[in-house]
Order: sequence, then structure tokens, then C-alpha cells
Amino acid sequence: MSEDLEFAFALVLSGASIGLMYSLIALGFVLVYKATDAINFAQGEFVMLAGMIVVTALGAEAPLIAAIVVVLLAMIGFGFGLEKVVLRPLLGRPVVAVIMATIGVAAVLRGWGPLVLGIETRSLPLPIGDEPISIGPATLPPIQVVGAAVAILFFIAFNWFFKKSRMGVAMRAVADNQQVAQAMGINVERYFAIAWAMAGIVSALGGVVWGAMLGVDVQLALVGLKVFPVVILGGLDSIGGALVGGLIIGIVESLAAGYLAPYVGGGTKDFAPYVLMILVLMIRPYGIFGRRQIERV
Amino acid sequence: MFHRESGVFKTTYSADMALYPLPIAKWTVAVLALVFVVIVPFFVHEYYLSILNLIFIAIVGALGLNILVGYTGQISIGHGAFMSVGAYTAANLAVKLGLPFWLTLPAGGLMAALIGVIVGMPSLRIKGLYLAIATLAGQLIIEWTINRVPAISGGAQSSIEVDRPTLFGFSFNTQGSLYFFLLFFAVIAIVATLNLVRSRIGRAFVAVRDQDIAAEIIGINIYRYKLLAFAISSFYAGVCGVLYTYYFGIANYEQFQLVVSIDYLAMIIIGGLGSVLGTILGAIFVTLLPIVIRIFMENVGGLFFTTAEMANVISGLRLGVFGGLIIFFLIVEPEGLNRLWRNIRSYFRVWPFSY
Repeated sequence: MSEDLEFAFALVLSGASIGLMYSLIALGFVLVYKATDAINFAQGEFVMLAGMIVVTALGAEAPLIAAIVVVLLAMIGFGFGLEKVVLRPLLGRPVVAVIMATIGVAAVLRGWGPLVLGIETRSLPLPIGDEPISIGPATLPPIQVVGAAVAILFFIAFNWFFKKSRMGVAMRAVADNQQVAQAMGINVERYFAIAWAMAGIVSALGGVVWGAMLGVDVQLALVGLKVFPVVILGGLDSIGGALVGGLIIGIVESLAAGYLAPYVGGGTKDFAPYVLMILVLMIRPYGIFGRRQIERV
Repeated sequence: MFHRESGVFKTTYSADMALYPLPIAKWTVAVLALVFVVIVPFFVHEYYLSILNLIFIAIVGALGLNILVGYTGQISIGHGAFMSVGAYTAANLAVKLGLPFWLTLPAGGLMAALIGVIVGMPSLRIKGLYLAIATLAGQLIIEWTINRVPAISGGAQSSIEVDRPTLFGFSFNTQGSLYFFLLFFAVIAIVATLNLVRSRIGRAFVAVRDQDIAAEIIGINIYRYKLLAFAISSFYAGVCGVLYTYYFGIANYEQFQLVVSIDYLAMIIIGGLGSVLGTILGAIFVTLLPIVIRIFMENVGGLFFTTAEMANVISGLRLGVFGGLIIFFLIVEPEGLNRLWRNIRSYFRVWPFSY
């Protein structure tokens, strides 16, 4: 391969692994939206909270496995609690109210999180070494490989869950039509809560991998800003869409950083996904795999 | 505002829509005007005047956002960016061309309106969540552009210093004189909004908010009115940004980041969506809250935290309390402070013979 091609290959590979990590977080958003029609503007803050819980647990001399168990339980509890306290009273209210409520949740987490769990930037060491892993001509930091692997595992697991398990099928029914699901004897409210708890699980793992990659402080919440391009591109209610959207956004971002940044300066990584997103909103707002909504008065 | 009616005696629609429902309402306004023009500026300490000035600026921006969110039912998370558009437009015109404030102010507003319409363009096809995300994208892209283009941002620090406004040789360079300057624009913004929302346009906005498809069927061009709402709203935001610029003497993008957009959303939710009085109350509340938190923490927090930690604690506390209040008002009192005020009034309307 020529040098140009190798450079492009390295960019695509790195972008794809980062993109898979985006998909992991976006999955939390999609799960909630699919099941409850609620929009979670606090997804990035969920990840931040999870990261903070992990480093706090590690700081208390807990082994990594224990810390991960702690954060999973904590985030599940958080998901349930949030649904009960904030989201349930807002059922049936205009969509703007739900958006604002999750923005409020984001502000609360961003405000109180660092105060309670520590302000300073802390690293989250995973026992995976620093030796870059080379794939073909490209090299990747091991954390990206781990993050991508976790994301793929989760997608396979969720795929099984939604296709085969009783709970997953019930959740799809709730997502499809709440009234019919209720008539079939599914406890819709319970599944709303479960959806939020699952967003908590996803965020917990997202917090571990992203925290290990970026370090844990308030800035970790900014990862959440990448969720929107991913889910808009893939389609808000499509789990496969989150995967594909994440891959595309990761690759676009990486290519933009590699080829455009020398001309227009830094920050292209944050800028390019949003430009792409605006284009998608103009042309195909329901995304690649999203369900088209038809509205009647 | 403070009067108690003895009953409803209106026989025409125009009486129902009048700005002054009773003669006494005129007197209330006159007394308020007297207090704010004559008494406050001459008897109140400069520090409190500076707080009032910030409130006046916030009122202008929050009214604009309420026209969009509260009256038209669209959502914008990009209002901070619209303010920055106004601010940098005015600052560039003032510094590079030496234009006076009465030209840069409308210019900043119009520029913000133009950008607002462009950002609001997706609202023609999408709404709710999608619109929120589109305006979020607008906020991030505008922030990025201002930061990267030196012609707009005026160099590495992304800030432009401007002189204080002058009129007929008189320079508004103290808190006391800026008070009159900002009061003037706040009053104009309030009166303009009060009149806007009872006009044909305002009622069309409300129709679009309540049920856009039905509004279209009764002959409202919803595309036109949605874009008009974005234009008016971001015009207010632009003017608000210009006022910030002249008030601080500097245009700096850090004053117009995403957090600011959320502050303004907090104002209108806490104050009351779709209410002018609520907007004013919300602006007062949200402007005072960080000041109260700071005073409280400076007095009490010293027992628990060192001075170095204090800045972080205060900013975290402020954000956390804001978020909590947004959630609280959304769940418990969606109509905000305005509703609380109405409850108080209707309690006293029949007082002391309520049964």
C-alpha cells in the first residue's frame, strides 16, 4: 500500500473503533427513546456519573471487578430512580417538557457530581497495558480496541435480548404500541423503568471505557454531545442504526481531523459530525433506519 | 397588576385584550415607572444597580426566548449563540466602522435574526426533539465559527473591546447611567412583547403552538409564522447580546456558551412559559440565584471549604440548583412563578371573605 492509503486506512480504523464506542453510549439513548418516547439529553452526564463512581470505588481500594459491579448496580438504581421521580410525572406532557427535564437532570449531575464524587481529573487504569496494537499498517491504542470489543459484545447481547428473551419482546411491544401492549397484559410502566435502567447499564460500561480513555472529570460529559449526530444519522429508534451511525460518525470525524484540520484549524472533530447531522436533518430527518412518523390530528 | 377586580364586566373583545383592564392598572404602571425612573437610580447603591442592570439585560433575552418557546411552542437550545452573533456584529461595527450604538444595536439584532432564521429553517420539516438537536447543532457550529474566524472574533482571545455607548456627547459609563440605558431597552422589549402577543401574529403563534396542523387548516401559514417566531426571538437575543457587550465593554464568546442557553431556558420555565410577567419574574430569579448562592457560600461555606475550592463549589452548586429548579417547576408547577403570582392574586381577590 502506498503511504496515502496507509494513512487513510489508519484513520478509518481508528475512527471505526472510536465510532463503536460512540455507538455504545448512543445505545443508551436509543433504548430509552424506543421504549418510552422520552429524549435523554443527559446521556453524556450518565456516562460522567458512571466514570466518577468507578474511580471513586477504585480510590477506595476496591478491585476493578468490584468497582464495575458497584457502578452497574448504582447506575441501574439511578435509572430506576430517575424514571420514578422525574420522568413518570411528565408522562403525556409535551415533548419540550421532557427535553427540558432531562436538560435539568444534566445540569444537576454536572453540578452535584463533581461536588460529591470529586472535582479533580482522575485516571481510570484498566489492566490492559499501553502497548499499541497493530492491525495491518495501522496501530491502535489498546483502550480503543477494548472499547470497540465491549461495544460489539453489547450489541450482540442486546440483539439476543430483543429477539429472544421474554422481557426484550415485551419491550419491543411497548415500543411499538403502548396501548396494545397494555391490553396484552404487559406492565408498560414497569418496562419504562426497565428501559431507563438499561440506559444506566450501557452508561456504566460507557463510563468505564470512556473514563479509561479520557480520564474522569466533568469534561467526560461532553462525550454526550456526540450522541446526537449518531442517533440522528442512524435513526432514533433503531438499535442497528446506533451501531451504523456510530461507525459513520467515528470515521467521518477521524477523516475530518486527518484531512481538514490542517486547513481550518483544530476542533474539526467536534464540528464535522454536526455538519453531517444538519445535512441528514434536512434530507432525511428520520435517519437511515429510523421509522418514519406520520402525523394525524 | 396589583388591583382587585370586583367582577367581570367586559362586554367586548377589545376590552378583554386591553393592556390596562382597569383605570387603576394605569396608575400601577405610573407608580412603577416613577419608582424605577426617579427613586431607584438615585437612592439605591451602585452595587444593587449593577444587579438590576443584569436583570434588565436578561429580561430582553428571556422575552425573546419565551416568544419562541412559550408562545410558538418551538424550542431553541441555541439562544446563547444568537446572542453572540448580535454581540460580535455590534462590536465589529462599533470598532471597525466607529458606528454609534443606535445603529449597531439594531444591526446586531437583525444579524442575529437572519442567523436565527437559518438555524430555524429545519423547523419547517421537523419539530420537538429534532428541532432541539438542530438548534443545539446551531449553537455548537456558531460557537466554533466565531472562535475560528479571526475576522469575526478579533484575534486569539476571541474578544473585542468596545467603548461604552454615547448619546449627544453623553457617555453611559457608570452603573447609574447604564441603568437608564438598559431600563429603556428592557421597557421597550416588555411593551413590544405585550403588544405582539395580543396581535394577529401573537395569536397565530399560539395557534401554531397548540396544534400546528389545525392552525394550518384555519388558514395560518405555519411555515411563515414559525420562521417569523425564530426571527423575532433571535432579534431579541441579538439585542440582548449587544446590550451585554455595551454593558461589559467587551464582546467575549465565553458569555454566550451552551450554559447560557440553558440559563435562559431555565428563566422562562421557572418564570412561566407563555407569560410576559413570568418571564420578568424568571429573569429576576435566575439572575439573583447565583448572587444569593455566592453570598451564602461566602458566609457559611468558609466553614467547610478552603478558598481555593470555593470557586468550584459555587459554580457546581449554581448549576445543580438550576437543574433541580428546572425539574421541580416542570413537575410541580409547569406554569412557573407566574402561576404562583396568579394564585396569590386570586386568593386576595376574595379576601377576607373567601369561602
